[in-house]
Amino acid sequence: MAKNVTANSEDYLRMYRQMVRIRTFEDNANQLYLTAKMPGLTHMYSGQEAVAVGICEALEKTDHITSTHRGHGHCVAKGAEFKEMFCELLGKAEGYCRGKGGSMHIADQANGNLGANAIVGGSAGIATGAALTAKRLGNGAVTVCFFGDGALGQGLLYEVMNMAALWKLPVIYACENNLYGEYTHVSEMAAGKLGGRAEAFGIEAFEVDGQDVLAVNQLTQELVARARKGEGPFFMALNTYRYHGHHVGDINRTYYRSKEEEADWKDNRDPITNFGAWLVKENIANAEDLDAIQAEIKAAATNAVTYALDAPYPPADEVDSHVFAA
Amino acid sequence: MREITLSQAVNEAIAEEMRRDETIFLLGEDVAEAGTPFKILSGLVEEFGTDRIIDTPISEPGFAGIAVGAAMTGSRPIVDLMFGDFLFLVMDQLCNQAAKTHYMSGGKLNVPMVLRTNMGATRRSAAQHSQSLHTLVAHIPGLKVAMPSSAYEAKGLLKSAIRDNNPVVIFEDKLMYQDKAEVPEEEFLIPLGQAHVKREGSDITFVAISSMVQIAESAADMLAADGISAEIVDPRTIVPLDEETILNSVKKTSRVLVVDEGHQSFGVSAEIAARVAEKAFYYLDSPVMRMGAMDVPIPFSPALEDLTVPTAERVYELARQAVRGEI
Repeated sequence: MAKNVTANSEDYLRMYRQMVRIRTFEDNANQLYLTAKMPGLTHMYSGQEAVAVGICEALEKTDHITSTHRGHGHCVAKGAEFKEMFCELLGKAEGYCRGKGGSMHIADQANGNLGANAIVGGSAGIATGAALTAKRLGNGAVTVCFFGDGALGQGLLYEVMNMAALWKLPVIYACENNLYGEYTHVSEMAAGKLGGRAEAFGIEAFEVDGQDVLAVNQLTQELVARARKGEGPFFMALNTYRYHGHHVGDINRTYYRSKEEEADWKDNRDPITNFGAWLVKENIANAEDLDAIQAEIKAAATNAVTYALDAPYPPADEVDSHVFAA
Repeated sequence: MREITLSQAVNEAIAEEMRRDETIFLLGEDVAEAGTPFKILSGLVEEFGTDRIIDTPISEPGFAGIAVGAAMTGSRPIVDLMFGDFLFLVMDQLCNQAAKTHYMSGGKLNVPMVLRTNMGATRRSAAQHSQSLHTLVAHIPGLKVAMPSSAYEAKGLLKSAIRDNNPVVIFEDKLMYQDKAEVPEEEFLIPLGQAHVKREGSDITFVAISSMVQIAESAADMLAADGISAEIVDPRTIVPLDEETILNSVKKTSRVLVVDEGHQSFGVSAEIAARVAEKAFYYLDSPVMRMGAMDVPIPFSPALEDLTVPTAERVYELARQAVRGEI
């Protein structure tokens, strides 16, 4: 890891906190599933925290993101609160979407999160359209389109990258390559170079270690600054790993990946552990500071979960509200 | 009053709204200098420039998706989908994204976009350029669906659609682009969800959609010669559907024939017929009837194509039998 040109101690500690918040959120969400307190399924972001945090820490609140079915990390990193997020996961009225969206559709418009999307690659058009609005308004806003390696199979992505390049839109396509689309390895689903797809449209493509929050943040800062000046679009391939299965119910995974592989990523490439060690080495924090941050976030998550479990469901008369806007 | 074509009415509606609201832009294939293959949009790029009349690559899902994202962030895009048949290409963006975003976000995000497209057979364009697919989108909660029956409706409904805060799909019958109608010079809007009683009558109600209003009028003229009086209700929009006006008419005439150019099975005509059967059954003197396009892909040969869609003669014949108690 290398120090960022523009970051200071406060920035570093905020990145650490945000990564821990995501991991803690997911640990609680998983527990809610395992104890049958959460309706439906959810897709864990654990392991990929440096991607969401490194990118979102380079954005302003007025910048937009679009997210995926594995979207809790993006939502937290863009500024969302635990309480409204857990309420949404549990289908409660105080959730970000009044319980109507759930895990796979969580949106936080006030912080610029245009929403998770349960169609793989489905938000590529939305992100590109948000960038078109920004360009037309000349407001300097940048949109980051998060998607996984699985979305590389979707034609929509290539249609909108083509238009983004033709029209020089301020959008960054962030491909989180966590190696698996559902239960299949990326090598069986994506031919050729990942970045080569973008380069074919004349889009500059970058590849970065998605477990290194500083590297992700540094690259994103550079690309966001250039996108604001009209030099976009850009494409980033972020090499990362998802610790859990495709969803929380995907427990037996040895038919598609080995336990040794999972252990190697967790033991040697964990983004939080490694960044924590770096903070200590650089004398930005000591081990006790980091433990205190973890404990404080854990307590906050427990409180939010308790609150959400007790919170009311939406009243029945909301079932047909919000079909149409006034 | 002056008369203009449906094509001119669409052009005027877009120009007037774009002058009024800077957030509106239009995108689609060959919409700028070409003005679309039907030349509907000619002149707009000269007034509004290529920043607001945007030519796209041939990428229907892509530019539909871009419109959704632009609409979610403060723009009011108008998507020009060259043929209604291309709806199948944009279904995810329209039905999974645009239609559901307001609901899924608990009312926080809006998608104020218009998708203009067309419908209608008998242009000898065969199975992939002749379909009337409004049923498909009318089935999806969250989409409004407008079906203008003349230049007057085309202008008034499109202006309302552009100002609406929801995704609205508007189907223009491509055979009517050169048809003229009286359209006021001064500004007017036609609200979405308000049917129009096009002709008053007492013996049978025709609920006729889009260009089927013309078919119904011809049939009504033929019936008048037989001493049979037909009422014509034009729903103007099928979502929202002005059920009250339809039911009031049927209660008065006691007979109904729904005429629509979509395929008859599982179609809009079936939905309207079902609502009449549920809610006006005891007022009826003959079975609820409907007529849609045949359940076949639209054939190319004129000898075959003309058999597939409702005609004034067939509407007249069915209505006459119903009024005479022969059904």
